[in-house]
Amino acid sequence: MSAEAAPNDSVIAGLMRRCNVTNLMVDRNADRLIMFNAVAAVVALATGGIFALLIGLTRWEAIHLLEADWYYRITGAHGAAMLIFWILFFEVAGLIFGVSVILNRRLLIPRFWWTAFGLMAVSAVALLALMLSGEATVMFTAYPPLQATSWFYLFFIIFAVGALIAVIAFFIELANARYREQVGPLPLFTFAMLAAAVLALWTLVSGAAAIIPTYLWSVGVIGHIDPGVYRLLFWGFGHGAQQINLVAMVGVWYVLAALTVGARPVNEGVSRFAFLLIILFIHMGAIHHILVDPGFSQLSRAINTSYFIYGATLGSMIHALSIPAAVELAQRRKGFSAGIFTWLQKAPWKEPGFSSLVLSFWLFGVMGGISGVIMGTVQVNMIQHNTLIVPAHFHMTVVAGTTLAFMGLSYYLIPLIFRRDHVFPGMAKVQPYMFALGMTIWGLGTGFAGHAGMSRRHWDSAFGGVPMGTDVFQTWQVDWSLLALGIGALIAATGGAMYVLNAVATVFLGKKTDTPHLPGIDRDALTPADEDAREAAAAGDPHHQRGFEFPGTLILVFAFLVVFMVLYATSWFELSSVSWTIE
Amino acid sequence: MVHTSSPLVAPPRNWWRPAGRDEKLWIGIAGIWSVSMFVMMVIIWPAIGGQQNQIHSYRVDPADFNSYTTAFIEEHQTGELEGVPVVSPPPDTDIFLEASQFQWRPVLELQQGETYRILISSTDVQHGFSLQPDNINFQVLPDFITGLEITPQESGEYTIVCNEFCGLGHHLMVGRIIVVD
Repeated sequence: MSAEAAPNDSVIAGLMRRCNVTNLMVDRNADRLIMFNAVAAVVALATGGIFALLIGLTRWEAIHLLEADWYYRITGAHGAAMLIFWILFFEVAGLIFGVSVILNRRLLIPRFWWTAFGLMAVSAVALLALMLSGEATVMFTAYPPLQATSWFYLFFIIFAVGALIAVIAFFIELANARYREQVGPLPLFTFAMLAAAVLALWTLVSGAAAIIPTYLWSVGVIGHIDPGVYRLLFWGFGHGAQQINLVAMVGVWYVLAALTVGARPVNEGVSRFAFLLIILFIHMGAIHHILVDPGFSQLSRAINTSYFIYGATLGSMIHALSIPAAVELAQRRKGFSAGIFTWLQKAPWKEPGFSSLVLSFWLFGVMGGISGVIMGTVQVNMIQHNTLIVPAHFHMTVVAGTTLAFMGLSYYLIPLIFRRDHVFPGMAKVQPYMFALGMTIWGLGTGFAGHAGMSRRHWDSAFGGVPMGTDVFQTWQVDWSLLALGIGALIAATGGAMYVLNAVATVFLGKKTDTPHLPGIDRDALTPADEDAREAAAAGDPHHQRGFEFPGTLILVFAFLVVFMVLYATSWFELSSVSWTIE
Repeated sequence: MVHTSSPLVAPPRNWWRPAGRDEKLWIGIAGIWSVSMFVMMVIIWPAIGGQQNQIHSYRVDPADFNSYTTAFIEEHQTGELEGVPVVSPPPDTDIFLEASQFQWRPVLELQQGETYRILISSTDVQHGFSLQPDNINFQVLPDFITGLEITPQESGEYTIVCNEFCGLGHHLMVGRIIVVD
């Protein structure tokens, strides 16, 4: 048997270090890989954030900052920088964290991970340069037959290959960990990352099927690309990529709840079942983007758009219960058990990890989730497709939800991995609120502008100088909506800049220390389960004799359901008020 | 009370426990709501709604579609608006709308309360049919026809905005449907 270094030998050999805060064993390679991926992610976020501000100040009709050509270039580059680069670099860091650090094991194939990082980093820079140069002004969706330079498709493919290597490396690492019996049942976070990796496989295969033929077409090998088939395959990638985010974000929510208040999933089986529902059904949601395309029967659209009778929605609604319930139980256990909402009142609202969790959870669920289900209704989609409601929806999920959750986690990860103190801890406390406030105002403004019919990816809603111009959008509702869009973008960009400033300052200037000051880690976050208590729970019934186990959470989720029902009904009413009959 | 592991720690091998009563309550109700939304979309609205999104789909060669549109315009043209032909087709017929960078052709003049089957396609890149102010949106692709049976119920001037990015002149692409009594 070859030597599988025990942790202590590894420390002596300089291959691993023991974290003084969490007591976890950290592989040096994993350490550095997480650093590089995290830095790339933050650089992408900062770049995309500058683009976001420029776009916001252009769509705010009163300012209308950019010229048309630059508006379109930057809108495309913004999508790539945020939806792809920021998110994916962070997620690769998450994969490494999930399969190495929290399993206390060394990486088996660090070169795979480095190769993935190298391919992704080089192609990310190349793609942004191409999109800004005007050689690839096709938006991030790149619908053929609108054509970009063939380099664009080539680097797109290289980036995807890099990401695919990372995903495959994750599976190999995990299989190896199981084979060597370094882990039995997976920690829930690692399980979530496994779910994300499963979704990523299908997503990247679908992306390859869309982009590789398009590349061949752009260099003249293939004569013709079917625009309908491209859309089907592209959205298998484009929507799937956001489902990876969803699953990774839910995993991060569980972690944030554990770190900040010591929350443990109420029931491992229920949480894992919810992830399973998402794995099984959520890819069908790719059809959300093509509900008003020719080529599909209404029944096939209905079955797919509903993730087979809302199977994946049910999964998300289970997490929507199980995460606040875990927080409530943890808080009640600590003695904040009076009344229905004392546990929430006494929560650590000043810790950025906790405020990020709550704000991200709230905005994702109420604004992002509900708007997504409504938009994904076959008939209602007619009055929303390609309007500003679409970006309003997915910014609530990917930005206010995923991005904010990732920001919250990095308030812990950055000091622990770089072993430095936060430079601006005070700013960190305010930052999630600032960002969430900006995104809320932006989301409402953009959503209402979309309800008024305004298109996404459109430079001039005033149609100045257009031969057949129209004043259909010259109304006070639209003016106010766009004002909110602009002001929200300014506030959110300020919140984003605060995050980037603190992250960059901490990485380069923070005080070096082996025991960084953190927003506070609950001691329950990293201790194994309490055997006796579990047996007691199984044998008898710690809760069933009294009333509800988590009454506060139940009230919250039922309130959420009522809001959901009201908005859902409203959307049908809105559809019925369209003055045209459409069969 | 602690009977599960932190998400950062591997649970023991015998981690499975039945769900508690509170979880079952929520999962049950969320499940009923999920099925209800499906029934609404697949059974109830198709039975009662006036806006159905039943797309008639056909494949078409862009050059053929261009000649259909041209023939349609020649047969029914009644005028011109900003250089674009205006046509007044009879009710209960197929009417054509062609998208190209950066124009909708022709301008359609329809009669209120009458039904038409509109066939939309593109002769170059992808476009988006966005009828305002009612805010009705459909995707327009080359090689495919997006077909809809439409009945305007109120007279007036409607604007067609292109809402799929189609090139640097995307925001210049505006068309008209005029509904007369």
